[in-house]
Amino acid sequence: MGKLHVTTTVNGEPMEFLCEPYETMLDALRGQLGLTGSKEGCSSGDCGACSITLDDRLVCSCLMLAAEAEGHQIRTIEGLATGEKLHPLQQKFLEHAALQCGICTSGMLVASDALLKKNPDPTEEEVRFWLAGNLCRCTGYDKIVRAVMETAAEMREAAR
Amino acid sequence: MVQMRSGLVRPGLIVDIKKIGEMTEITETADGGFRVGAAVSGMELSEHPRFGKVWPGVLEAVNLIGSKQVQGRASAGGNLCNGSPAGDSVPAMIAAGAVVTVQGPSGRREIKVEDVPAGPGRTNLKSGEILVSFTLPPRPAGSGDAYLRMIPRTEMDIAVVGIGVSLTLKDGVCTAARVGLGAVAPTALLVEPAGQALIGSRLDDAALEAAAAACRAACRPIDDKRGTVAYRIKTAGVLLKRTAAIAAKRAGGH
Ligand SMILES: Cc1cc2nc3c(=O)[nH]c(=O)nc-3n(C[C@H](O)[C@H](O)[C@H](O)COP(=O)(O)OP(=O)(O)OC[C@H]3O[C@@H](n4cnc5c(N)ncnc54)[C@H](O)[C@@H]3O)c2cc1C
Ligand code: FES
Ligand code: FES
Repeated sequence: MGKLHVTTTVNGEPMEFLCEPYETMLDALRGQLGLTGSKEGCSSGDCGACSITLDDRLVCSCLMLAAEAEGHQIRTIEGLATGEKLHPLQQKFLEHAALQCGICTSGMLVASDALLKKNPDPTEEEVRFWLAGNLCRCTGYDKIVRAVMETAAEMREAAR
Repeated sequence: MVQMRSGLVRPGLIVDIKKIGEMTEITETADGGFRVGAAVSGMELSEHPRFGKVWPGVLEAVNLIGSKQVQGRASAGGNLCNGSPAGDSVPAMIAAGAVVTVQGPSGRREIKVEDVPAGPGRTNLKSGEILVSFTLPPRPAGSGDAYLRMIPRTEMDIAVVGIGVSLTLKDGVCTAARVGLGAVAPTALLVEPAGQALIGSRLDDAALEAAAAACRAACRPIDDKRGTVAYRIKTAGVLLKRTAAIAAKRAGGH
């Protein structure tokens, strides 16, 4: 099989790349596209460290073929901040020290952002269930859940 | 994908079937049933305005497949063709009486969902055949369905037992019932005697116990770290009663 030519949009920017048919989106992002924010924890869909959105739907980039990006909108952790200005979730994760080693953090942020876009006022239980596909070995989750809940409250307040 | 990455399978050719309209659409049929493309993801199904109202049990089963990330990708078609005895959507689809349309080189055929799996990791699809869609029948008034699974954790786990129940009540009497049972045999099963035990009853204790006994009798489970044979069999009976109660509530009774 020859390499495939893929035309796609990543974080709002048109992008083109060549990939092997069996290559994952995660490999393409971290490799040729140089976007190493998405992490590889397991490559089996279990840990969520590679979370991205595909047409605003949360997916594991390790479970997606790079060729499938053709014609679709991809968003990664690199697209969360606006220039030098951190996204409220990123700011709140820092304030709460909701990260230690940081391997899970990009995935946590991308998944939390997807949750808040769908549901700006989640209960703690909803946050915990939504993030069940994001594993963290370090924090014990509490600080992460609190950071997400507080961000949601502040973003609701700001949107008034 | 997971098997490819770990080198367990090495395909010579990979075909993306998600650009075929029929495989990715959800449509209501003229008679009031639903056609769900085999490649529709769990997230897409849950975003449909009507599907979950008519088939809440099928939807809750599909939405139990993995995390939100997995939901964004995984389909009921993949869940069925994967051939896992513990696939969550399969017992609910069996209970719903869903039929799949299969396309092969020499044409189309329809198969009942319960006739698709052939054993762990195997299906009765012939070489060159693919699943196109699920067709769910029209829903009479007073119908409800539900799916429950038993897992050792609260999320992200594989069913030890999974049960789908779909039933119709008229003036409190059960007029139709189907029970699908997963994770306790080499394939998910339709347990006809369990449905029969409910039909004609007011879902009283005796009928529920008879249906539970039918489920226990249908079990041919494995013994593993998730559950012993005795545990799985006992749980199948308990889950039948709980699942039937939810389905009945949704049907408007009890
Ligand atoms: C982290 C994780 C957690 C999971 N948790 C659960 C769970 O809780 N419950 C559960 O039931 N499953 C679970 N699964 C298993 C898996 O997600 C499901 O089996 C899923 O439904 C597969 O769907 P897919 O569309 O991705 O299919 P794929 O993975 O793309 O395909 C699965 C198999 O079916 C074949 N296939 C797919 N579509 C068709 C078709 N239309 N015609 C013919 N063959 C086809 C493929 O060739 C392949 O062999 C989990 C998986 C992961 C990675
Ligand atoms: S690397 Fe994709 S889920 Fe773990
Ligand atoms: S901060 Fe280390 S895994 Fe979450």
